[in-house]
Amino acid sequence: MVEPTVNRDTILGWLADVPDPEIPVLTITDLGIVRDVECDTGVVVSLAPTYSGCPATEVIESSVIAALEDRGIANVTVKRVLSPPWTTDWISDAGREKLREYGIAPPERGGSKRALLQGQRRIPCPRCASENTELVSEFGSTACKASYRCVDCLEPFEYFKCI
Amino acid sequence: MTPEQSLVAYILRLGDNALVLGQRMLELVAAYPELEEELANANFALDYIGQARMFYSYAGELEGAGRGEDDFAFFRPEHEFRNLLLVEQPNGHFGDTIVRQVLFDVYYLALLEALTRCSDQRLAEIAARAEKEVRYHLRHCGQWLVRLGDGTEESHSKAQQSLDELWRYTGEMFAADALDHALLTSFDGPDLGAIAVEWQKDIGAMVEEATLTIPQETHMASGGKQGMHTEQFGYLVAEMQSLPRTYPGAAW
Repeated sequence: MVEPTVNRDTILGWLADVPDPEIPVLTITDLGIVRDVECDTGVVVSLAPTYSGCPATEVIESSVIAALEDRGIANVTVKRVLSPPWTTDWISDAGREKLREYGIAPPERGGSKRALLQGQRRIPCPRCASENTELVSEFGSTACKASYRCVDCLEPFEYFKCI
Repeated sequence: MTPEQSLVAYILRLGDNALVLGQRMLELVAAYPELEEELANANFALDYIGQARMFYSYAGELEGAGRGEDDFAFFRPEHEFRNLLLVEQPNGHFGDTIVRQVLFDVYYLALLEALTRCSDQRLAEIAARAEKEVRYHLRHCGQWLVRLGDGTEESHSKAQQSLDELWRYTGEMFAADALDHALLTSFDGPDLGAIAVEWQKDIGAMVEEATLTIPQETHMASGGKQGMHTEQFGYLVAEMQSLPRTYPGAAW
């Protein structure tokens, strides 16, 4: 049973401390994958998976359970919700700023429609903000990132791809 | 079959296509000569395996017989898989791999788009998730098709040969059977006739851009949707299932 002092907002606050395993500078709340929390006879956390094959999905689910267990909540269920599907538009403004400070260019807004079309847009360098950058590889260290290089400051950087 | 049973069988078939193609691509992991393509292939393969898991889990829940994703992937014999012959074809050379991917992805993308409008909510949701990924794959593989076709003399002739050889496996995609009809009539599912038209148009444009030629009408092979597979499929299944069958219940 959940203690009476623990409500939905408290739990949402705790979840805002759970890091993403692949980009730990982001929390799962920044990433926009926490969709709902229900507190009734137990706690049910609804999470939206990012990519179908994202290896982090299961790690995130166990981190959520562990984070709540650490605060004394034993009866936690994680539910996967597919609708509406997660896109990079779900990443919060705070999340985008954290990505930039960390050296990863954040995804553009409206990604779900535009980015899938053929054209490549200019991706600003997260270090010097120059738009004079070039794509090195569409595929980076994880499924969600591409590799870029800044032609002005010469720094290589990662870009969080829009989907 | 009741409409509900047809739905289960149809979803399993979607899972089989995703799993078998994903498994073929996984055979290439650590074998690409170039890092970018290595990562692209591994990432795409993971997407297909992830999609297969979503389809299988849902089919298992609907079936209500206690079967889950591992049972469908690892404990069914070859003839119970209902994937298209196209996706089980061996990787061959890079041109074969890319042409197989393009031929399937253009079809799969149109199918998923249609499934996002079907009346089964969960299936529509899975399709919406998968569709975004397949679009990304197609963009990548479509660019390769152009590079190979419009590249050197050798890459052009090899890509044309891949297209000629794999073409015979494309007819099966649009040959509607009882399950396709059941989905269309009971669940507002995809209309394969309309998808065929869309596919021909898109493939025609891509092949033209790649300076390749659509093969002449040929005998179309079929049987995958009925569980009658090509010889190479047995080896794929044997390798994929060897560990869980040798050590049932093995866990990390």
